[in-house]
Amino acid sequence: MKTFDPSRLNAIIVPLIAGGLGLLVGAGMLLALGANPLDAYAAMLQGAFGSPNAFADTLVKACPLLFVGIGTCIAYRCGVINIGGEGQIVMGAIAATAVGLTFQNVPAILLVPLGLVGGFLGGAFWGGLAGVLKVKFRVNEVLSTIMLNSIAGFFMVFLLTGPIIDPTTADNAIKIPQTQRLPLASDLWRWIPTRFHGGILLGVVLAILAYILLWRTTIGYRIRAVGANARASNYAGINVGRYQLLAFLLSGALAGLGGAVELLGVTHRLFSDGSAHGFTGNAGFNGIVAALFGGLHPIGTIPASILFGALLVGANQLQRTIQVPSAFVVTLDGLIVVFVVASQIWAQRRSVKRVEASPQTVKDL
Amino acid sequence: MKRLIFGLLVLVVALSACAPAPAPAPTAAPPTAAPAAKPFRVALIMPSAVNDMAFSQSMYDALVIVQKEMGGKDKLDFVYTDNMGNVPDAAAAIRDYATKGFDLVIAHGSQYGASLADIAPDFPKTAFAWGTAVDTFESKGVKNISAYTVQADQGGYVLGVMAAKLSKTGKFGLIGPIPAGDGKLHIDGFEAGVKATNPNANVAKTFTQSFSDAALMSQAAQTMIANGADMLTGTSQAVVGAIAVAKDKNAFWFGNQSEQTKLAPKNVVATQVYDWTPFVKEMIANTKSGKLGGAVMIGTLKNKVLVVKYNSEYTLPADVKKLADDTIQGLIDGKIQTGVK
Amino acid sequence: MISELFTLNVLVGILTSGVRLATSYLYAAIGETFGQISGVLNLGVEGIMLVAAYTAYVVVLQTDNLWLGLLAAILVGLVMGLGMAFISVTLKAEQGISGIGVYLFGLGLSDLLYRITVKSPQTIKGFQNIQIPVLTDLPIVGPILFNQNILVYLAFALVPIAWWVLNKTTFGLQVRAVGQNPEAADTLGISVAKIRYITVTLGGAFSGLAGASLSIALLNIFQQNITSGQGFIAVALVYFGAWQPFRVMLGCLLFSMVNALQLWIQVLNIPIPPDIALMMPYVLTIIALMFAARVAFVQPAALTKPFERGE
Repeated sequence: MKTFDPSRLNAIIVPLIAGGLGLLVGAGMLLALGANPLDAYAAMLQGAFGSPNAFADTLVKACPLLFVGIGTCIAYRCGVINIGGEGQIVMGAIAATAVGLTFQNVPAILLVPLGLVGGFLGGAFWGGLAGVLKVKFRVNEVLSTIMLNSIAGFFMVFLLTGPIIDPTTADNAIKIPQTQRLPLASDLWRWIPTRFHGGILLGVVLAILAYILLWRTTIGYRIRAVGANARASNYAGINVGRYQLLAFLLSGALAGLGGAVELLGVTHRLFSDGSAHGFTGNAGFNGIVAALFGGLHPIGTIPASILFGALLVGANQLQRTIQVPSAFVVTLDGLIVVFVVASQIWAQRRSVKRVEASPQTVKDL
Repeated sequence: MKRLIFGLLVLVVALSACAPAPAPAPTAAPPTAAPAAKPFRVALIMPSAVNDMAFSQSMYDALVIVQKEMGGKDKLDFVYTDNMGNVPDAAAAIRDYATKGFDLVIAHGSQYGASLADIAPDFPKTAFAWGTAVDTFESKGVKNISAYTVQADQGGYVLGVMAAKLSKTGKFGLIGPIPAGDGKLHIDGFEAGVKATNPNANVAKTFTQSFSDAALMSQAAQTMIANGADMLTGTSQAVVGAIAVAKDKNAFWFGNQSEQTKLAPKNVVATQVYDWTPFVKEMIANTKSGKLGGAVMIGTLKNKVLVVKYNSEYTLPADVKKLADDTIQGLIDGKIQTGVK
Repeated sequence: MISELFTLNVLVGILTSGVRLATSYLYAAIGETFGQISGVLNLGVEGIMLVAAYTAYVVVLQTDNLWLGLLAAILVGLVMGLGMAFISVTLKAEQGISGIGVYLFGLGLSDLLYRITVKSPQTIKGFQNIQIPVLTDLPIVGPILFNQNILVYLAFALVPIAWWVLNKTTFGLQVRAVGQNPEAADTLGISVAKIRYITVTLGGAFSGLAGASLSIALLNIFQQNITSGQGFIAVALVYFGAWQPFRVMLGCLLFSMVNALQLWIQVLNIPIPPDIALMMPYVLTIIALMFAARVAFVQPAALTKPFERGE
């Protein structure tokens, strides 16, 4: 399977045009709201790229999308649908929090890797659960990952309202559902004064590694073979279930790592507003979208995440500057996703036949 | 897709045309042509929707009132960002408003504190406030953060006393999102008030783990009523679902945070309203006088940040009204303690 | 404490709420079933429900006419379903992701319109429970089955109809053919695109009904994100039901009854942490499927795959 082809220019230009059309429709809505679209989009651009700080914010926002996106690429290439990014981020963050809270006096050189490994394992556990359910119990992964997202959210709030609540606020009348600040030694490297942190670089490295894994190793070849045609792979002697499980483990682990990176690089404590969203900011879903923007290719996911991060950061700036209702921001995100995804037919015309998302149910595992 | 978009756009336009005129969005535009005195500029960041009839709206309403009292937009210019459930997004908003030179930035959510403590030192000329909380981070050397909170158990207690008197079944339903925050104080206070008045009361508490799931809150209320509860209270923006149930099933509702009477004028007995107006004024006055932080403001019945608002459309029996008033006075005088920690 | 759970009053309560709560899931899931059997996964159900819930609510608020509100919600669902069909069938877009886009769009748009037109929450008088002479007064089954609003009855009536349409009509046959083997269906002269357009648009209309059943029958109010993930659960329940309307119904009932049960557990002060109680519907749905899935079923082979003639 070729990964890039001569029409790759299309793959870049078409989504941009589509996104532009989405913005155009958004402009119509802005007019209806009584705002000046030009001011609005200028503010958006300014907010996303206008200063080193703004650009750093864009990258920070893109970071968890990139991790989830790489995982999404692996899952899709293996023909399984992982929409459990939200839950996997949460479980990764919980595991990293546990590491941070447990080892209060460990030097950074140990604590940071430990926290990341925790996140990796937490996410792998939650993703792997969906994988086991699919492979061993034939529970469809769309169902299980949706359910597991909710369960992870409840589990996080359970922990935050009791077992791991910040002991200093536990005695206050107002109990805040968050942990104490994790030890400073657990902080990822940060390019002060911006919010740019080392996790972003880690994400880029992992994207390259994922590319190598998928296209330069036997394991990757088999993962893609299973995704392209599970039945044929089975006949060819590939243990389909094993590779589907592996895809879930890796995909979940990457999302979990994304959660850990967000925790150690940005928030430095776990918190919730009662749902998974409070911590993840919907990165579990947005990351899937970013992966598609990037043509379900780990390398392509890098710029796609950045663009999508810019969209999210810029739209928030737009809201603040023009004071349109915050609901407009969400609407605009949706519009752009819809337009870009709908434009893929032109971007991918005569190019890579995308692996199909869902293979037939595999028998005799 | 375009068809869909255009169809919906038409719908947007049609709906906005037939609906009451849209509220003009407050603008953050910098003062034009620099009038003699610059307006005092406040930015507000809220976790939920500005029209949630609960926590976020309570602060928004206060700013609207103060703006009016101060003499309009030329004196007090305020902007807001709502639905900031995600803390890093809220932090970006806080930083951005500070960068834009707002005089006072209010981060209206106890989850924002940690971010605020990181941001505030970078903007020593800006005043910040957050709540519900009591920590101003002065111990960490931060000098420009104030904190505000409410002893919501007090109003909850008063409402609980009233509910206990009014209840025929002796069963009470208390609904919250998560057992934390000011909502938990309200609920615990309500329970204490009920139990103090009727030791045999049957109090059921339900947490739905969501600030926004009105369907689940509605179902929780249904369940409580099916179990015989005739007095309900709750907290968070999702309670609108429960209030609709109370209206439908003729149960009584005791509100919290923002005035909720108009949702069910026959069923809302009273609401504990967070009237942040005095605190907002204090913050503005402090900021103007150069005191940018360090103030801890605790809202109580005594300083009238907590107000028990009776529903004028509901005729409260005289003895219950008197008991409620006495309870309020008792709490103000310190003769009554809610016992909630 | 725990024994209280097994009193008649509580059991009837659980079943009654279970039936009522299942309604919105049922509409959305049955509609989604049609689309999925024909090979299209519509993850945008949640977004359609939100816009439809808003539309129904605002129409009732303005006109006081519940049926007009319902009709408007169905129409909005239809239009959004048509849009989804255009994206997934004609433009052959990645379905899971376009669904997320439609979700975000609906989430934002419904809230935006609500803020502009309604501003602040108001209750409306929605569909009332219908008492059926004699039946309603029956012990146990009376309150559970015969004291619900019209949309509840309609939702359950749709299940056998959907089954009949899918299994006993030519149209149903075509839908299945298109989902199992579009190439063969195409050779037989069945228009794959047309069938998929119909099912996805129909699914949209059903999602519209689902939204309306929330805002003008179950809750009688609208608020931002009023569906709180119900649309996604409905999609999951289609997988639970293995694309068979009656099993989908069972899934909806199981999920909502366990949800009702967990609320009773909290209300009766049974000492289980609320978080754990809240997880129950989700955990039990997975566990139920772990054992139920052993029954052989085959996913529509062409699900999520756009059809390209002459591949």
